[in-house]
Formats: sequence, C-alpha cells, structure tokens
Amino acid sequence: MSADFPILSLAIWLPIVGGILVLTASDDKHAPMARVLSLIVSIATFIVTIPLYTQFDTSTYQMQFTESHSWISTFKIYYSLGVDGISMPLIILTSFTTVFIVIAGWEVIQNKTAQYMASFLIMEGLMIGVFSALDSMLFYVLWEAMLIPMFLIIGIWGGANRVYATIKFFLYTFLGSVFMLIALIYMFNQSGSFSILDFHDLKMSLNVQILIFLAFLIAFAVKVPMWPVHTWLPDAHVEAPTGGSVILAAIMLKMGTYGFVRFSLPITPDASQTLDWLMITLSLIAIVYIAFVALVQKDMKKLIAYSSISHMGFVTLGFFIGFTILRNTGSPDGIAMGIEGALVQMISHGFISGAMFLCVGVLYDRMHSRLIADYGGVVNTMPVFSAFLVLFAMANAGLPGTSGFVGEFMVILSAFKANFWIAFLAATTLIFGAAYTLWMIKRVVFGEVANENVAKLTDINRREFFVLGSLAAAVLLVGIWPAPLLEVMHSSVDHLVQQINATKL
Amino acid sequence: MPNIYLAIALSPLVGAIVAGLFGKSIGRTGAHWVTTVSVAISFVLSVVVFKHVFADGGYYNASVYTWLVSDGIKFEIGFLIDQLTATMMIVVTFVSLMVHIYTIGYMHDDSGYQRFFSYISLFTFSMLMLVMSNNFMQLFFGWEAVGLVSYLLIGFWFKKETAIYANMKAFLVNRVGDFGFLLGIAAVLMYFGSLDYVTVFAAAPDMVGKTMQIIPGSDWSIMTVMCILLFIGAMGKSAQVPLHVWLPDSMEGPTPISALIHAATMVTAGIFMVARMSPLFEFSETALSFVLVIGAITAFFMGLLGLVQNDIKRVVAYSTLSQLGYMTVALGASAYAAGIFHLGTHAFFKALLFLGAGSVIIAMHHDQDIRNMGGLRKYMPITWITFLIGSLALIGAPGFSGFFSKDSIIEAVHASNLPGSDFAYLCVLGGVFITALYSFRMYFLVFHGKERMDEHTRAHLHESPAVVTVPLIMLAIPSVIIGYILVDDMAFGSYFGKSIFVLPQHDVLGQLSKDFHGPMGMITHALTQAPLWLAFGGVATAWFLYMKRPDIPEKIKNSATMGYKVLTEHYYFDKAYSYVFAGGSLGIGRFFWTVGDEKLIDGLMVNGTAKSIGWFSSIIRNFQTGYLYHYAFVMIIGLSVMLGWIVFN
Repeated sequence: MSADFPILSLAIWLPIVGGILVLTASDDKHAPMARVLSLIVSIATFIVTIPLYTQFDTSTYQMQFTESHSWISTFKIYYSLGVDGISMPLIILTSFTTVFIVIAGWEVIQNKTAQYMASFLIMEGLMIGVFSALDSMLFYVLWEAMLIPMFLIIGIWGGANRVYATIKFFLYTFLGSVFMLIALIYMFNQSGSFSILDFHDLKMSLNVQILIFLAFLIAFAVKVPMWPVHTWLPDAHVEAPTGGSVILAAIMLKMGTYGFVRFSLPITPDASQTLDWLMITLSLIAIVYIAFVALVQKDMKKLIAYSSISHMGFVTLGFFIGFTILRNTGSPDGIAMGIEGALVQMISHGFISGAMFLCVGVLYDRMHSRLIADYGGVVNTMPVFSAFLVLFAMANAGLPGTSGFVGEFMVILSAFKANFWIAFLAATTLIFGAAYTLWMIKRVVFGEVANENVAKLTDINRREFFVLGSLAAAVLLVGIWPAPLLEVMHSSVDHLVQQINATKL
Repeated sequence: MPNIYLAIALSPLVGAIVAGLFGKSIGRTGAHWVTTVSVAISFVLSVVVFKHVFADGGYYNASVYTWLVSDGIKFEIGFLIDQLTATMMIVVTFVSLMVHIYTIGYMHDDSGYQRFFSYISLFTFSMLMLVMSNNFMQLFFGWEAVGLVSYLLIGFWFKKETAIYANMKAFLVNRVGDFGFLLGIAAVLMYFGSLDYVTVFAAAPDMVGKTMQIIPGSDWSIMTVMCILLFIGAMGKSAQVPLHVWLPDSMEGPTPISALIHAATMVTAGIFMVARMSPLFEFSETALSFVLVIGAITAFFMGLLGLVQNDIKRVVAYSTLSQLGYMTVALGASAYAAGIFHLGTHAFFKALLFLGAGSVIIAMHHDQDIRNMGGLRKYMPITWITFLIGSLALIGAPGFSGFFSKDSIIEAVHASNLPGSDFAYLCVLGGVFITALYSFRMYFLVFHGKERMDEHTRAHLHESPAVVTVPLIMLAIPSVIIGYILVDDMAFGSYFGKSIFVLPQHDVLGQLSKDFHGPMGMITHALTQAPLWLAFGGVATAWFLYMKRPDIPEKIKNSATMGYKVLTEHYYFDKAYSYVFAGGSLGIGRFFWTVGDEKLIDGLMVNGTAKSIGWFSSIIRNFQTGYLYHYAFVMIIGLSVMLGWIVFN
C-alpha cells in the first residue's frame, strides 16, 4: 500500500457505502444475507484501519495519512483528513468495536435486521470521520450526522421508554453542539479558514478565548458527559439495544473528550488555564458524586452508565490537571503523564464498558430483565460467562494487569504532583469503583440460584464466547503491556503540552 | 540466573492457566499434578537461588520488560533478588507446595477442584511477583493481584451467603489500604522521580528535612507522609487495626486458603513491604512510632478477642492478627530482621495450625465449633502431636521456633527509645500471656477432656489421610527447629546484609547482639525473664479454667457481661463500619441520585425547561387556531387599526 493511498477515506466510506448496500436486503427475509454482508464490511473496515497503526510514524506530531480536497470553496471548507497519535488509536478502537457489535447482534436482532446493521455501519464511518477530520466544518457535519443513526438505533430497537430517551438524548446533544458551531464560525471570521490546525495558531484575547472555551465546553461536556449535563446517558443506555449501548459507551463518549484535546486545549490554552479549576471540579464531582449514585442503582445498565461517567471523569481530570502542576511545581514534568493517562483511559474504557454492556446484553437476551434484583447465583448456571463478567468487573474496578488500571494510575500519579487533595479525591475511586462493581457482582453472579429463571439460564454460546474473549484479550493486553499504545502517543502529546504552555495572548 | 527467576515466577502461572482453562479436559488428577509440579519447580529453583544468594553472594537487579514509558519515566517489570527476597521466596514456595499437597486431600470431594488449584497457583505467581519486584509499581501489581486471588478464594464456595459477603468485605477493606498505598507511591514518584527501589533508596537520605504542605500553612515532613501512606497499604493487607476487620471473616474460605493466604504469606506482604522499604522508614521516626503503636494495639487487643471465639478457625485467625501485630511492632522498633524472622517462623507454625485445624474439621464432618470437640488426641495422633508442636511454637515455648523470633521482638521493643515504645512493650508482654491462654484453651478443648461430639461423629472419627498428615509433619519440623538454626544469623547477625537498612541510632538488634551468646544462651537467659513465665502462666491458666474448673469461665462470662459482649462483638468495629461506611455511602448515594440527579437536574433543569417551553407554546398556540374566521377577524381588526391610524394622522 503506497503512502498516498487514501486509507482514511476508505475507512470512512467503506462502512457507509457498505451500510447502504446492506439496506438493499431490508426485507427481514434476507436477514441472513444482511448479517453476512455487514460482518464482511465491518471486518474489511477493521483491516483497512490496521495500517494506520503499523505504518504510523511515531517520531512526529504532524498529521499523517493526510488527504485534502476542496469541498465548499465559497467558505474555504475542505474535505481534509489526517490522524496523529491522539486520534489514531480511537479510530482503531471504533473499527474494532463495530465488528463485535455486528457479531453481538447476530441472532438477537430479528426485527429489521438490515436496517439495524446498516445504522451501525454508517455510524462507524461517521465516527471515524469525526476522529480524522481536520476541517472544523467537516468535523461539525459528521459530529451532527452521527446523531441520526444513534437516534434511530435507540428509537427503533430500544426498550419501552425509548421515545423519552431518544428525545432527551437528541435535544441534549444537539443543543450543546449549536454553541460549538457559533464558536467555529467566529474563528472562521477571524482566521479566514475552517482548518482546525489553523485555529491552533489563531491568536485571541483572553475574553474571546473564554467565550470560545465555554461554547466548546457545552458541546463536549454533554457528550462526555460531565456533571451536571449527564442525565441523558443513563436513560439512553437503559433504553438502547445492547449494540447501541456499546457504541455509546465505547466510542461516542470519547467524542467529547476528544473534542477537549483537539479543540479546547490547543485553541484556547489561556482560557483552559484560567478555567482549569472549573474542569477539575467537574471532573472530581464526576468521579466522587457519580460513584455514590452508581452504588444505589437497581438497574445493571444504569449502574454501568453511571460508572462510565465516573471513569470519564478521569479523562477530563487528566487533560486539565497540567495547569495546576505547572502553577504549583513550576515545571511541566507530569503534564504529559496526565494527558497520556487520560488517553489510555479513553481506549481502556472503550473495551471495558463495551464488554460490560455486552455482558448485560447476554443476560438480557436470556432473562429480559436488567434489574439486579431479578438475578442471583448466575455462576451456577453460566460459569464461563461469570468468569468473563468477573474479569471485566475487576477491570472496571481498576485492577492492575487490566487496562482499567493503566489510565487511572497515570492520572492519579499526575494529579498528586498538582495537589495532594485532588489525587486524594480521585483515588477514592479505588474504593468506590470496587464497591459498586463488586456489590453488583455479588448480587448478580454469586449466591444460590435465586429463582427459576436463573435456573433455566444457559451458558454463552460460541459467538458470545468469541466476542467476550476478544475483548478480554484486549483488556489484558493493554493492562500487561501498555507500552506500544503509549508509544504512538508520545510525539503528539509532547506537542500538545508545548501548545498549552504557549500563551496565545 | 535471570531465566531461573523468570521460571520461578512463571511456572505457577502456567500451572494456573492450564488448570483454569483446561480443567475439564485434564481432569481432577491432571489439575492437581500440573499445579503441584509447577509450584514444586518454583520451590526447587528458589532453593537454588537461596543457595546462590547466601553461599555465593549472588545479587540481581534488572528489568524484564518495560511496562510503559510516559513523561520520560520508565515503568518496568523486573526482579530484585537479595537476601530478603530469597528468604521470602523460600517461605512462599514451601508453604504453597505444602498447601497444594494438602489440598489434594482436603478438597477431595469438592466440585470446584480444578478451579481451586488454578487459584492457589495463581496466588503463588502473584505473591512471587510481589516479593521479587524491583520497583513500587510491580509491588502494587502483585499487591492487588494477591488481593484478587484472596477475593476469589474467600468466595470460593460462592453459594454461601457469608462467604460472598466476606470476600467483598475483604476486597473493599484492602482497597482502603491500597488507596493509601497508591498515594504513597505517587508521593515516591513525585519526590524521587522514579519508582525503582535502588534509585529511590539511594536518594532517600537527601529527602530528610524536606517538607510539603498538605494543608496550606502547615509543613509536613515528606518522609513521614510518604511512609505513613505506604504503611496504610500494609495495614490493609497485614490486617492491622483498624483495617483488620476482613481477616476473621476471610475464614469463610476453604481451610487451605486460610493457611496459605490468610496466615502464612499474603497477610505478611505488609510486613515484607515495610522491611523492604526500611531505607525510607528509617528516616522518619514519626512514621516508625506510628507503626510501633498500631502494631502494639493489634498484638494485644486482637489477641484478647481470641479468648472468646468458639470457631476453631477463628481462634487461629485472631491469633494471626495478634502475631501480625508482633511483626509490625518489630518493624516499628527498627528490628526489621526480627520482624521478618517472626514472619518466617510464623509462616511455618501458623500454616501448621491451620492445616491441623483443617484436619480436625474433616474429622468432625465440617463442624468447626470447639465446644463440640474434645478428646480427639486418641483418634488422630498425628494431628494431635503436630498441633501441639504448632501451639508450643506459637506461645514461644523455649527452643521452639516461635520462642526465638518472639523473644527477639520483645527484647528489641524493650531496647527501643522511640516514642510509644513503652506502651508497645507492655502490649507485647501482655500479649504473651493472652496468646498462651487462648492457644491452650483451644488445644485443651479440642484434644483433651470430655468427648462432646454427637455419637454419629464420634463413630466416624479417624486420622486424616497421608496427603493431609505429610504436610503437617513437613511443617512441624521447621516449626521446631528453624528458630534454633537461624536466630543467631537472622535476628542478630548479618543474614540480611544490605537488603535491610537500619540507622545506627535505631539499631536495637545490633545492641542486643552484644549480649547474645548463641541460641542455648538465649534459652537459659529467658528462664529469668518475664515473657517465659507469662507464657507458662497462660498455659496453666488455660489448663485450670478449661480442664480443672470449666465452671469458672461460665461464671466470668455471666458476671462480666459488658466486657464479654464487647469482645464477642469485636469491639463493635464491624457494626460501626457497616453502619457508618456502608450505610452512610448508600444514604449519600440515594440522596445524590434522587435529589441531585432526579429532582434537581432532571426534574428542575431538563424536564423543567421542557415543561416551561411547553407551557409557553400552549399559550402561543392559542393564536394559531386554524379557523379561517379567527384569522379573518384579526385581519379586519388589524386593517381598521392601521387605516384609522393613517386617517387620523
């Protein structure tokens, strides 16, 4: 494959075109064909994204695999793509996860199978587009377009209260992004370009930066989600079908945090520095407050949804802790570790939360209940499944040797440099994260067989074993040897650290 | 040698994976063979390493692979092999091997046979990674990994409600300790810029006198903060007050686990950790005092609880808590070598006592209540004799291994000048009497006196099979002799070389060594000292109270109801914790959820916004009725107003 081969375009359009093709089998009679076709498309997309890693040049922070074509010339909007060490792992995470979503929905989705599969494939393309867009308008269009398939997924294949959940989800996120649009247009007027990299170099006064920062914050905070704009997530998760929950937790939440590193930090470094107290406070509230809320959930999906919010708090904390380090120690040592920890946490959370939702999906398919109280003693009838669930639960609780540990560990180490008490509050997740996860495990997995329905459960089949096994392998691999993942990030993160330390005033 | 180290650590891991993933295909026999052999390989190689370190002065410190690099800091997985490590490796692999063999008999009829072997081999791997580590990160890795296996094993019988409660409790209480430990590691990284032992220890003296501000305006010694944070981790794992509550409950797990993990090896990880970090702790007398006092409280007050337990395993469990207190006291008094010495002897005799208790439990058809036992010595002579040996070692009868290690500790505390050492001395002295009393209360109630079991059980009483008794004998031997052999070198000599660091002004063992004239001399010296007579007093009291006049304990129980209640309720720690922490967290969680999320954010802000928009539009809607005549009417009025305005202007 030559260096100028448009890998990114292929990774975006292959699933989208493939998704449209799948729609031709939209009659449920042709469901088997739709499934096979979707699997082929998703695997092909995954294979297409692999060279992004293998041919990645770790020595530079410059965008790689770039493509650029004029799109709307009147407004100087370009179809320009490229990845660096921050976005590349996220793209691979996306194509990796989609394969398992297709497999996980294999037998479960019997109603409008082709449309279901197509939605996910189209969404995959749009999400890869968001992570690789270098033009802010392209980014914005894809960012908004992504809502449509998700809206349909929850609205059509969702649970009983799906209409409330979809509208809440849509309005919340849509409202947030409008502010981002205003900020982008403002910067276009200033710089005469919609290029994100041009925005990085755009000089702006502190007041302007603060306004832009806040506009971005509203857009991204909803997506992450950060407290107090998080309440759409539990509802969306509870109503979404398993695949929807997985894509939501594993990828869509990362859009928000990705926005912070791609836009907020490099474009408005001075505002980020001025308002870092706000970001740190919100992150700590997410970590501590949400952990308490997770503890009392009765619905497994809600519990994992809240746990996601709590874990995403580590990502935002890692991004914004650096300013305090600089202020308190006078040296930039430790900033990069916080950011890299946050990036690792994004990838790891993709695996773990995806796996947790898949596990709940496995139970839901058999029992049609997500309530913890309806379960008990699942290990007696589903030993293999339980082994997986306990593994993912431990990863969720941040056990060393699993990917869940790596990011949290790095962020806590970094936070300690900034301030003892920030690290102290962040580290409470060691206790609370374990508490809500293991308490759920105790009530669902262990104990005597709770009722007849549990007694009738059958253990996971080969398809489910493959899905959970692959994710388990990923979780363990990143936990035992995270160095290769970190390797690709260094240059980009070092550049980012320089960017946020240089004032734009 | 590096390949040998790798083989020692990985061999049990391979065994665990094979038994865990392919348990069905290799069957029960296959599972116990593959795991036992893998641990035996580790043991044999550990002996080779032991010899290499002690006979040839071997030392090794290198990394195996780089875990990750961030911010220019390398996090590595690697091994540090010195005297301390080599000693721990022998203890861990030997006890583990004995437990593997014993398990073949003990778990014979259990349906989770393969799973059990997989877990205990995984434990051995984790524990080895912990002790062989050359850096703080890997130490934490092993630390949490043994916690995980402990969680899995306490809850091994997952149908038992008490077991799955106990394992969650154990994990969470340990996590409280790990919380402190992790912050301690973060402090190490921040101030030393490295997590590598050797680098950090070399830089430690420069850190003395430097301060940090935790609360603005007050300066705290960095060394003190760091050491206390690290020690909080040790308090969790080594079950020191107030983080001890998980250990008694951990007895819900199968007995081999109680011996391996909750007596001999895992719970001593905290002791090992502090000894390993002696180059840090030595530079903070405040931290040492803290360690000393916590250890002393644990040694005495947890021993007291052993007096009122009726479950044979719980008596031994409280005795473990108390003995861990002794080890901690030794660390606090800077007598690290004595602490590790006691760790070693304790591992043998406590594993022996637990496995002996297990043998009794098998004979009693899983009845663990000592009130239902009695006179068992006739039926199970090997268990009886070995249990007696274990008990004598535990109370420190002269010549037995526990005598040498415990006496070194008591003498060291006596010689220490740190704040709190007088209190600690009283505690450890009192503890000697208490230890003898509860140990022999149990011993007499189980093996002597009236046979109180029911007819059916009595008819079936018999000695356990060889896979059970052979490990008992194998453990009884070191319980008797190991102290005599090692005391000279280990407690008072240069056994640990440079692996343990003691400042000259703290070197209590060095002072004591001047008056030390061989193990025989120590025994004759002890005859004139308080501890020995306290121990005999304890045994005599136990004999009098439980053999001669069993009515007296009843009377005490009935007259001192308050005190008795406090003891049976374990000083109300469990109740207070479950009320304050568990209940409190749930209360806060419910409040945040229902009031914060549902009422304020969703109710007021989100749905409130939606509702007010709805209300506003419902008014606006009235203007758009869709009736033509309404619109015509409005148009006419509008037109007339406009016309009128034009006309009259």
